Amino acid sequence: MDGSIVGTRPRARKAGKKAGAPAQPRLVFPFTAIVGQEELRLSLSLCAVDPSIGGVLALGDRGTGKSTAIRALAALLPPMRAIQGCAYNCEPGKPTPGCEACARRAPKAVSVPVPVVDLPLGASEDRVVGALDLEKALAQGQKAFEPGLLARAHRGFLYIDEVNLLEDHLVDLLLDVAASGENVVERDGLSIRHPARFVLVGSGNPEEGELRPQLLDRFGLSIEVTTPSDLPTRIEVIKRRDAFERDPPGFCAQWQPEEEALRARILAARDLLPRVELADDVLEMAAKLCMTAGTDGLRGELTLMRTARALAAFEGATQVSLDHLRRLAPMALRHRLRRNPLDDAVASTRVARAVQEVFGP
Amino acid sequence: MAACLLAVDPVGLGGAVLRCRPGLERDRWLSQLRALLPGDMPQRRLPPNIGDDALLGGLDLTATLARGRPVQAMGLLEATRAGLLVMPMAERLSRAIVARLTAGQEAHGYAMVALDEGQEDEAPPPALADRLAFQPDLSEAPAACPFTGGQVAAARDRLPRVVSDDALIEAILATAMACGITSLRAPALALRAARASAALHGRTAPDAEDAARAVRLVLGPRALMLPAPPEEAPPPEQPPEPPPESESKAEPRNSDAMEDVVLDAKHAVLPAQLLATLAAAGLRARVATAGKQGSERISLKRGRPIGTRPGEPRNGARIALLETLRAAVPWQKLRPRPAHAAIAVRREDFRIRRFREHSESTAIFVVDASGSAALHRLAEAKGAVELLLAECYSRRDRVAVIAFRGKAAELLLPPTQSLVRAKRALAGLPGGGASPLASGMDAALALARLERRAGRTPLIVVLTDGRANMARDGRTGRPIAEEDALAVAKLLQAEAHSILVVDTAPRPQPFSVTLAAACGGRCLPLPQAGAQALAGTVRLGMQAA
Repeated sequence: MDGSIVGTRPRARKAGKKAGAPAQPRLVFPFTAIVGQEELRLSLSLCAVDPSIGGVLALGDRGTGKSTAIRALAALLPPMRAIQGCAYNCEPGKPTPGCEACARRAPKAVSVPVPVVDLPLGASEDRVVGALDLEKALAQGQKAFEPGLLARAHRGFLYIDEVNLLEDHLVDLLLDVAASGENVVERDGLSIRHPARFVLVGSGNPEEGELRPQLLDRFGLSIEVTTPSDLPTRIEVIKRRDAFERDPPGFCAQWQPEEEALRARILAARDLLPRVELADDVLEMAAKLCMTAGTDGLRGELTLMRTARALAAFEGATQVSLDHLRRLAPMALRHRLRRNPLDDAVASTRVARAVQEVFGP
Repeated sequence: MAACLLAVDPVGLGGAVLRCRPGLERDRWLSQLRALLPGDMPQRRLPPNIGDDALLGGLDLTATLARGRPVQAMGLLEATRAGLLVMPMAERLSRAIVARLTAGQEAHGYAMVALDEGQEDEAPPPALADRLAFQPDLSEAPAACPFTGGQVAAARDRLPRVVSDDALIEAILATAMACGITSLRAPALALRAARASAALHGRTAPDAEDAARAVRLVLGPRALMLPAPPEEAPPPEQPPEPPPESESKAEPRNSDAMEDVVLDAKHAVLPAQLLATLAAAGLRARVATAGKQGSERISLKRGRPIGTRPGEPRNGARIALLETLRAAVPWQKLRPRPAHAAIAVRREDFRIRRFREHSESTAIFVVDASGSAALHRLAEAKGAVELLLAECYSRRDRVAVIAFRGKAAELLLPPTQSLVRAKRALAGLPGGGASPLASGMDAALALARLERRAGRTPLIVVLTDGRANMARDGRTGRPIAEEDALAVAKLLQAEAHSILVVDTAPRPQPFSVTLAAACGGRCLPLPQAGAQALAGTVRLGMQAA
């Protein structure tokens, strides 16, 4: 590559070097081999069908496979088209202003895996939003922007483990970017804006701290994850984990057909999605449901609608049914209820009550 | 024994937590492990306050400046790939570092030995301990490993061929459930330990002895309750902190012969004070999760940027590049122009960034739960705590509750941000008995000191009807009780703690005013207090703090 490109991917280069020692990519546990956790798997699949749903928040115990599921999803997703050498994963034909890779005369489009970027706790603001490129500035005297995690997550997933412990200034920053779909950098004499649209996936243990309501609201769906409590399921979990650890390639090969089938299903659902119809009476029910449950704002309805469409498409239906709505209500609404700390009822119970009231028993 | 097994499968077993003071036992255990590991295995030590640059690698600034081309430094985690990472003072590791360590373990595959030198109330972060198989008991001198390095090496070679049957998996899982262990990592690690044990003994499949050993070493220290006992065993007491999912307490199936062996072995090794130890451990863990990382007001690492100052980008401080270059520019004519770079930057030009971190505060409620305090006051206090908690996430504030009644004060709710946990802790707050106000304030003082040391601002809220009638030493009588309370109050004032005395008596009591004055705090007569009003007052206090 020619050396004049400003804003190439120093981080990616570094990562590439790290992975260099063992050449083959690390195999991850197959998504379809995850035992149980249906809600979590369904919600992630729906976000893969329609990223505009707004992401998933998975709250629950340690060691329940939250991280496994999200990493597995990344490996399962069909690759996407992007401009070669572009630090922002630009879509071919939709260049980011100022991105030199995309400004070249005939930018080359290549297939890349959908990015799943980890945002570690305590990450510096520089690493998240990007900063002046130290290497270039010191060694070449060039003012160049080094894109951060938000740029890398564009068109993919941004995963935050222990999201409830995320520091406040990072939460503020995320809220802004998630709302606008754009990262604006005004620092170190740089003035840069680039698109940053990603599916936000968070996980955490509510015992360790609360999530800010504004951030809670940003997540489209919320899932309560628990350790399976029946012995046969637990045994199956350990057996599969064990089989995977002993022979990753063999295990993955064994699950390959299932993975392919799910990938095909997601792709088919994406195709079908624009044609899924949402009848007015279903919409009315959605609104009624939100009113009965007492959700704040209109994001509840919006999420419910989008998710229901995605679910219909995922199941090959061209019409959203009341049943779709009913099944999705808990995950779309439980984190949007107005909080009353003196009310002991769990949010899921309150949603279930509303569902029963609106749909009847 | 744990050291032998760990040496057979270091990466798979994740490592160990060694809880003891620095000393001979610990060193002996570590050197035993080191002797058994392959000689070419990287072994590193984690400096407790390591910065991200050193941990994850990155641009080596000094070398880059010296050579005029980017020089990358390898991170500690990468350098430990497939090796052993020893972590002193694991109980003090910050959450951010733990997150990197566990992610790094997945990426690079290394074993970690966490040296836990914690006092009573400190423990390594659960997220870390969960991933390490062993927690050997070093209270007595460890037995010498019965295996030689050669035998361990042979076992390492044999390990990939050791297979475990389904009966073993089922037995280990059933035991884990019977012990109240909900995390699935523990049984997975126990399974690997059983295989390592089999490999060590030259077997191609783990037998009952291997299983029992794995259960004892991996599951034993994590047990929250005793497995359902055979008839002659003592009745199991209730676990001190039942696991959140009560439905997980399914009865273990005792049909399988294999399972019986495992359960028996478990009984044989559980010491008499197990439950007491577990209670202590549970408490430790809870306090530890409440946070060890105090935040300074000005930080060099994180927070909102508030400018720069001269200094070197070390210890996590980040360079402010533009300011650094700006500082270098005026000197360019005097400095020889470097061949390789456009601008000559010297060390003295370095500017680093400063950040302002949010200073957290902790509201410590000291609640009179005596008979004289009407019980509904308790309910109000509970309501106030929950309301405060429900809105303090954005400020990262914490709430703690100390209740005093009868003879003593009790820390009902250790400082927490978690509404879930607070509700559980407050659910059963009993009332009745005498009013040992001084004990309550003593406890508050101790907690306030702890919080302040952790970098947070404590705010004490005493809810009392002003009728103290129990002294610290257990003597009854109003004058002596009041005298005691005032003595603590003076200490509180001397240390300049913010304090609010809420008089919950139906008619305002003069002693409440005296007490507040002695503390240097405010008194709030609140005959008609409601949870809402109380929460509002405390909120104002916290904002002022």
